[in-house]
Amino acid sequence: MKIVVCAKQVPDTTEVKLDPKTNTLIRDGVPSIINPDDKAGIEAALQLKEKVGGTVTVVSMGPPQADAALREALAMGCDEAILVTDRAFGGADTWATSSTIAAALKKLDYDVIITGRQAIDGDTAQVGPQIAEHLGIPQVSYAEEIVEAEEGKLVVKRQFEDRYHIIEVKTPCLITALAELATPRYMTVHGIFDAYREKEVKVWTLEELKDTVDMANIGLKGSPTNVKQSFTKQAKGKGLYYKDLSPEDAVETIVAKLEERHII
Amino acid sequence: MSKDVYVLAEQRDGELQKVGLELIGKATELAADLGQQVVAILLGSGIKDKAEILIQHGADKVVVVDDPMLAEYVTEPYAKALNEIIKKNDPEIVLFGATSIGRDLAPRVSARVHTGLTADCTKLDIGTIDAMPDTKLLLMTRPAFGGNIMATIVCKDHRPQMATVRPGVMKALAKDEARKGEVVDFKVDFTDADMNVKIREVVKGDSKTVDITEAKVLISGGRGIGSPDFFEKLQELADVLGGVVSASRAAVDSGWIAKDRQVGQTGKTVRPDLYMACGISGAIQHVAGMESAEYIVAINTNDTAPIFDVADLGIVGDVKAIVPKLTEAIAKRKAEKAAQ
Repeated sequence: MKIVVCAKQVPDTTEVKLDPKTNTLIRDGVPSIINPDDKAGIEAALQLKEKVGGTVTVVSMGPPQADAALREALAMGCDEAILVTDRAFGGADTWATSSTIAAALKKLDYDVIITGRQAIDGDTAQVGPQIAEHLGIPQVSYAEEIVEAEEGKLVVKRQFEDRYHIIEVKTPCLITALAELATPRYMTVHGIFDAYREKEVKVWTLEELKDTVDMANIGLKGSPTNVKQSFTKQAKGKGLYYKDLSPEDAVETIVAKLEERHII
Repeated sequence: MSKDVYVLAEQRDGELQKVGLELIGKATELAADLGQQVVAILLGSGIKDKAEILIQHGADKVVVVDDPMLAEYVTEPYAKALNEIIKKNDPEIVLFGATSIGRDLAPRVSARVHTGLTADCTKLDIGTIDAMPDTKLLLMTRPAFGGNIMATIVCKDHRPQMATVRPGVMKALAKDEARKGEVVDFKVDFTDADMNVKIREVVKGDSKTVDITEAKVLISGGRGIGSPDFFEKLQELADVLGGVVSASRAAVDSGWIAKDRQVGQTGKTVRPDLYMACGISGAIQHVAGMESAEYIVAINTNDTAPIFDVADLGIVGDVKAIVPKLTEAIAKRKAEKAAQ
């Protein structure tokens, strides 16, 4: 089974803080990580390979420094890594990102494509389903478990808010991974050594994709959506604030307010 | 020319989902700004009688595709139906709930019709941009970087302009039974090939699952409550207020309470009448999910906890000392009122 995983390098947003003076993001020193849902996807791909045999290729679109994320994927055990990078791809929204990645995937043989459900920097969950549409293959998103796998077919547990579906899907197909899909393994020392000494990260620029990419559909110009403005959120004004109340007085204050608001 | 504001009215097992009605409520404002109509899209099997409810909540027209293929949600048949409706009617705007259905369907459709899609919007307005002063655009505002930044997105040249909106963010209009509208049957020629996956089994969730987005009162616990046992005390407080217990990510990650109770960026967005944050510090990801609550009470021992910046009433103190007394006091006060 030929398995391809799409992974994104993201800033660890749980570490991103606001500068209280300028109200801008402090990105200095914020570590870059493999997006957690994508990392679960890498692990699921490796487990799938261990079960049914095959290869795992990891593809990332991003700036040159995304090399580090791909090396980590190789160290986890992926067979091949491809970095899709070119200034022409920059400034892309989800539509242009998905058509660029789809153009890269068209150059690969695949039975199963796994993407993370969503990335923690954008939280859109759009790129996976959009890639599936560009490739004309079925998608199963919100995958919680791969229940069965054999050549030509997967059975996937697909999560909803109020239910789940057990879905049988023929390959080729795309699934989007929830973090619950698989707990990523740690890199081994041997794996890290191999990732930097033995294995290579292939770099695909616009030149490599020229047969499969439509220039009108990439980068900033190929993006239907644009950011009009971005801003830090205005905090809701601070309300009443009491610092030195006894528990009894605190209770009295809360009860009085709840009565005033007709909640009691 | 593109026109009208379309809303996917999501249904599950023939029951309309609240998010669809909320979006219709918002769509009536957008349509009024554009001088256009609100059209609800209803996809399912044996669901045509629900169209009236959508009209009563603000839809001018309902486009119904009633077909056994659409009984249970599967991406391709739903995407095909929507794509054909969009091709035929050329909507100006299409809105979806940011649910596990909307977030699967909307991107698939956006790729098919070649248009932009903005995820998880918290604010929608009609306005213009400097480059196109004469074109009324949908201004779509959404959080990014875990809620640290807000961005307003536009889709200038492609139609329809599409967005997903989380449940609980917009407000549904009150039902008006006198309201009239048009119901249009829309035929889609499905073939067997459209069902490109096979559902082997549908397992519905435990009916005891609590929907915190529906609650009027939420008593929410964080790591500051000290132990999972204290959720029982929060439950007692919730009970006297007719509310439900929710939690911060810290409490959920500690395994103290189920994930379906989690409020915040990676949990649910809530807007109850009362949100009481007990021992919750108020990380920006948490605040993103509850700041629209009508009234916020925060109790925390840390006097600089960020939760106090959004609280209408902030009390520096120990929840363990305050909550049981508060439950008692409220129960007593209610009994007094009942006796009057």
